Amino acid sequence: MKKHLLLLLCIVLPVSAYAETAEEKGLAIAVEADKRDTGWSDQTSSMKMILRNRQGEESQRDIRNRSLEVESDGDKALIIFDTPRDVKGTAFLSFTHAIKPDDQWLYLPALKRVKRISSSNKSGPFMGSEFAYEDISSQEIEKYKYKFIKDEDLNGRATFVNERYPQYKHSGYTRQIAWIDKQMYQPLKVEFYDRKGELLKTLTYHDYKQYLNQYWRPDRMEMVNHQTGKSTTLLWSEYQHKTGLTDRDFDKKSLKRAR
Amino acid sequence: MWFRSILTGLLLVTVTTVLAGEWSGYVAGEFRWFPNDPSDPLQYKDTNISAAFRPEYAHQWDKGRQSFSFIAFGRVDQHDDERTHGDIRELLYIKAAENWELQAGVGKEYWAVTEFRRLTDIINQDDEVEVPDRREKLGQPMVNFALVQDWGTLGFYVLPYFRERTFPGVEGRLRTIPRVDVDNPVYESPDEDKHVDYALRYAHTLNEWDVGLYYFDGTGRDPRLVPGLNSSGEVVLIPHYDLIEQYGLDLQGTFEEWLWKLEAIHRSGQGPDPRFWSASGGFEYTFFGVKQSAVDVGLLVEYIWDERGRNATTPFANDWFVATRITLNDVDSSELLAGFVIDGSSQAHSLYVQGSRRFGGNWKLDLTARTFQNLTPADPGYSFRNDDYVQLQLFYYF
Repeated sequence: MKKHLLLLLCIVLPVSAYAETAEEKGLAIAVEADKRDTGWSDQTSSMKMILRNRQGEESQRDIRNRSLEVESDGDKALIIFDTPRDVKGTAFLSFTHAIKPDDQWLYLPALKRVKRISSSNKSGPFMGSEFAYEDISSQEIEKYKYKFIKDEDLNGRATFVNERYPQYKHSGYTRQIAWIDKQMYQPLKVEFYDRKGELLKTLTYHDYKQYLNQYWRPDRMEMVNHQTGKSTTLLWSEYQHKTGLTDRDFDKKSLKRAR
Repeated sequence: MWFRSILTGLLLVTVTTVLAGEWSGYVAGEFRWFPNDPSDPLQYKDTNISAAFRPEYAHQWDKGRQSFSFIAFGRVDQHDDERTHGDIRELLYIKAAENWELQAGVGKEYWAVTEFRRLTDIINQDDEVEVPDRREKLGQPMVNFALVQDWGTLGFYVLPYFRERTFPGVEGRLRTIPRVDVDNPVYESPDEDKHVDYALRYAHTLNEWDVGLYYFDGTGRDPRLVPGLNSSGEVVLIPHYDLIEQYGLDLQGTFEEWLWKLEAIHRSGQGPDPRFWSASGGFEYTFFGVKQSAVDVGLLVEYIWDERGRNATTPFANDWFVATRITLNDVDSSELLAGFVIDGSSQAHSLYVQGSRRFGGNWKLDLTARTFQNLTPADPGYSFRNDDYVQLQLFYYF
C-alpha cells in the first residue's frame, strides 16, 4: 500500500502547491485518511449482523473477522461464520487488489472443500444482507476517483463531503457520497447511487472508538436500502490490532482450522 | 499399533479439552419415495424413512495455530440394514507452524474441482449408502506432514488403515443387482485393510490458477465388483481391492465469471486394465445479479472420460453433465441445482434436481429428485433403471 501512497503523493503534492481542483482535494482527503489508518498490521474483531426485511422481521448472523495489512497491495481478509448454524464454520478468504480482480476462496466445512470462487459478484448481497461484497472489502485508494464537493456539519461534526466513483469492474454503483469527519478522517455517512444514478442505500457509522491511540473503529453501522425498505445493522466488538498474525493465518490451509 | 496410540492420545485430548470448545451439529429426518417397483423383489417398495445425527466438536487455541475437531455420524434406516451405520468422520489434531503443518487422526481431504464427479479424490472412501454420487466420504485415519513454502505446499500422507466402501443392503434401493456382499472383500495385499498407503501431494496458487499434483501408492479406493457366490450360495458381487499406483492432477483457472476446471488421473495395477487414463473437465460460468436483482444464475458444463470405457469401475466413462445453479442470495440462502447427465455412447441419461433453503435460524429443508432413463442392459447403471426417487430432508442444526 505504501508504494502506491508515495506515487500518489508525488502526483498530488506539486499540483496542490499552486491550485487545487475539486478532484485533487478529493483525492488528498482519501490519501490522508489512508495514511492515518496505516500500520495496524493485523486486526481481529467480532461482528453481529442483524438483517431486517420491510415488515421488520429480523434474522441474525454471528461472524468473526481477521484482516492483514499488506504492503504495496490490498489487504487480506478472513471471515468465519458462527451462525446461522447450518453455515457454521464456513469461511471466506479474500486477497484484495486495488484494480485487478480480488482472489477469493470459500471453505465449505461439511465437505472440507476449499473452492476458489469468482470475485465478479461485487454488487451481490453479502449473506443476504444489504451490504454488497464491495461495501465490506478493503477500501484501497485506487479503487475510486474522487471529487471534493463542500464542507458541511453533520450531527454537530465538521465533515468533508467527498464524492467517489468506483474504478473497478462490476460495481453496482455510479457514485458514492461520503461525509468524512475532519478530526478522525473516517466516514460518518455514505450514500450509494445505483447504476441508474438513483439513491439506493445509506450507510451510517456510529460510536467510533480509538484503538492504540490512532485507529478509529465504529461499534455500529446501519445500512438502509431506500428502494426495498430492508436494512442491516452491524454490531462490532472485540477489536484487536497487532496480534501477530501472518500470511499463514490467511492461506487456504488456515481455512480448515478456522472454526 | 503406533496409530492406535495416536488415536488414544487424541481421545485423551478430547476429554481434556472438552470443556474449552464447542459442540454443534445436526439431526436430520429423511423421506424417500420411489414411484416405480424395484427391479429386485427383495428391495423395498414405495417409501423409506430415515434419521441421521451428526454431532461435532471443535476447539482451537494458540491463536488458531492448533486445533482439535471431532465429528461423528450415525444413521438409522427403516429398510436398509447396511444404511443403518455409524462412522467417525473426523478426529483430528492440526498444528500449524510458519513453514509446515501437521495433521494427525481421522480426517478428510477434498482435492476435486469439478462438480459432477470427484475424480481425483483418493484419500477417503465413499460412503455409498448415503448418496450414490461420491459426495459423502468415510473418515480416513492419517498422518499428514506438509511443507508450506513460497513455491507451494508439499504434503506427505501416511494412511495406515483402509476403509471399505459401503454398499446398500439386500432391501436397499439404488443398489447393484446382484447386490454387493460387503462381508468378504478380496484384497490384493496380504495385509488386507492393514496395508499402509502413502500419498505425496504438491499444491500451489499462481494468480488465477489453483493447481494440485499427487502420487498415491496403496490399496485403491475403487473396488472391482466381481460376480461370485457367497457362503449361502447366493450370487453376489464381491469387491476386489487392488494395489494401485495413481497420479492425479487438479487444476482450476478463475477468470472473472468463468471457472475453468480440469481433473486427470493415471492409474496402474487395477484388474485386467493394467494402466489407464481418466479425465474430467469443463467450466462454470455465472451471470451475477441477473436483471439488476440479487439472483445469480450459473451454467455448468463438464465432460468425463475413462479410457477403460465399458470396463470402467464407474458408470461414467464418456458422459456429459450440463446443469444450472440458481442462487437467490436471500436471507434464507435459497439455492437450486438442476442438471442432467447424458451418456455419450448410449441414449442413457439421468436428471438431477436439488433445492434447499433455511427456515428461521436453525432449520434447513432440502429437496432432491433423480431419474434414470433409457438404461440398457449393457449400461453399468442398468440396476438403477427403476430407482427414480424424490427425497425430502429436514435438518435441525444446533
